[in-house]
Amino acid sequence: MSILEIAQQAGIWALEILAITVPVALSVAYITYMERRIIGWMQIRKGCNRVGWAGLLQPIADGLKLFLKESIIPSTANKWMFVAAPVIALVPALAAYAVIPFGETTLFGIWERKHVMAIANLNIGILYVMAVGSLAIYGILLAGWASNSKYALIGAVRASCQMISYEVSMGFAIVCVLMLAGSMNLSAIVNAQAGGFWHWYIIPLFPMFLVYFISGCAETNRSPFDLPEGEAELVAGFFVEYSGMWFATFSLAEYAAMILISLMTSIMFLGGWHAPIPALDFIPGTVWLLGKTAFFIFVFIWFRATFPRYRYDQLMRLGWKVFLPWTLIWIAVIGVATYTPLLSDIVGFWQPWR
Amino acid sequence: MLEPLFFNLFGGLAILAATLVVVSRNPMHSVMWLIFCFFNSAGLFFLLGAEFIGIITILVYVGAVMVLFVFVIILLDVNIARMRAGFVKSLPIGGLMALMLFIEMAAAGVSGVFSSATMGQAVQFGQEVNNTAEIGKELYTRYLLGFELAAVILLAALVGAVVLTLRSRKDANYQDIAAQVAVKKRDRLRKVRM
Repeated sequence: MSILEIAQQAGIWALEILAITVPVALSVAYITYMERRIIGWMQIRKGCNRVGWAGLLQPIADGLKLFLKESIIPSTANKWMFVAAPVIALVPALAAYAVIPFGETTLFGIWERKHVMAIANLNIGILYVMAVGSLAIYGILLAGWASNSKYALIGAVRASCQMISYEVSMGFAIVCVLMLAGSMNLSAIVNAQAGGFWHWYIIPLFPMFLVYFISGCAETNRSPFDLPEGEAELVAGFFVEYSGMWFATFSLAEYAAMILISLMTSIMFLGGWHAPIPALDFIPGTVWLLGKTAFFIFVFIWFRATFPRYRYDQLMRLGWKVFLPWTLIWIAVIGVATYTPLLSDIVGFWQPWR
Repeated sequence: MLEPLFFNLFGGLAILAATLVVVSRNPMHSVMWLIFCFFNSAGLFFLLGAEFIGIITILVYVGAVMVLFVFVIILLDVNIARMRAGFVKSLPIGGLMALMLFIEMAAAGVSGVFSSATMGQAVQFGQEVNNTAEIGKELYTRYLLGFELAAVILLAALVGAVVLTLRSRKDANYQDIAAQVAVKKRDRLRKVRM
């Protein structure tokens, strides 16, 4: 391989990465707008409607304001870690998008075979998403520790307990999906659900769908599980000392993780880019996937406007005493059903590997 | 051309990070360097084509074990000066152990047992051979007994840890959620005629 070819390959990779991170950053900006408008609508008030037509320039104005603000570093903080923490929080949130398949395309008939629209179509895609997702905790822990502030430290400790607890049940919910799909490749999981909504995994795995999505809320520290940043008792929790652009980086990471959970829920339980009935296949698959994702993002915001915050012991109870037994039972149910004579025909309907 | 480059990059950074783990004065920095070291060793696994083991390294060591390390360091107020106090005293023993380990590893390296002729080269398969599926087949057929024994021992350790730390206080008020949910309207409401 010559230097020129390496440079060319690197350029292609850079373009692929930009093609995902730029839309993610833009959609994060507009999800904040969507959130404010939807919560306003649910609370019978207007929400932001002043900057631009119907307030559509508000996220740009907010971003500009945060960018121009002074970043304050507390004098007792550990400077290196304090500056590194937001970046460490953002990197895993964006890196997980590398394996997400956004659809299949022949590029308007130029290619003979359908290609999966993903930066890396890994065989172990789902493990990669889990591994990278489990790194998100470091940004929060470091931010809480490096700030050298009591509120930030309590927020960080709460966040790490919560994220470790809910990761377990999330992992078991994913195991159920793997038992049906027979593959860890995300595009293979989507293709296992092809052919209409009765093939989607939400039907045999409905409890796991609920467990995964609710645990996803807890993983991203969204309300009603936003104890790490509970403003009533901790001011802003782990990022209380941050200001300006560093503060914005944390919310960018949070919203990017929220989009990721929505994407993963659509891919694993709602058939990804497949239409609910085959007659609707003329609409491009990417539109279906992004539509399902947008619905789940709406549900995140809906949760925030509807539910009061959990108490800490209730949060731990839900994770360990409700979700964990449910996921374990469901793994056993799927496993036993796969190898029981009559039941295996029913479960086999969703198992393309048989 | 790229493979040796990446091998040297990951290997070199792993050694550098491991050195900094020992040298750093702040325990938090040590932990961060250790995490970086794990990432580089995962990178080496990826270069070998063992992507499953690489990802599991990140998932288990970085995602779970090191989080607990960070947690403990955050909650314990570690005094670095006191930790350093016995450094000179324990240096000879530590140095001796390091030397013995080095001699062992060097002897194993030059003994010829691990040379490429006797070990057999790993064959690079294409993407159609799924590492994860192959590992699963081996683990659940040939090594099933060992695998299950390990699982049972881990479960016993888990239950043991819970039993050792479980203390229920008699004087604390606990919430009985089942009882709360089972409450009917007539248990709480009483119509009073005025």
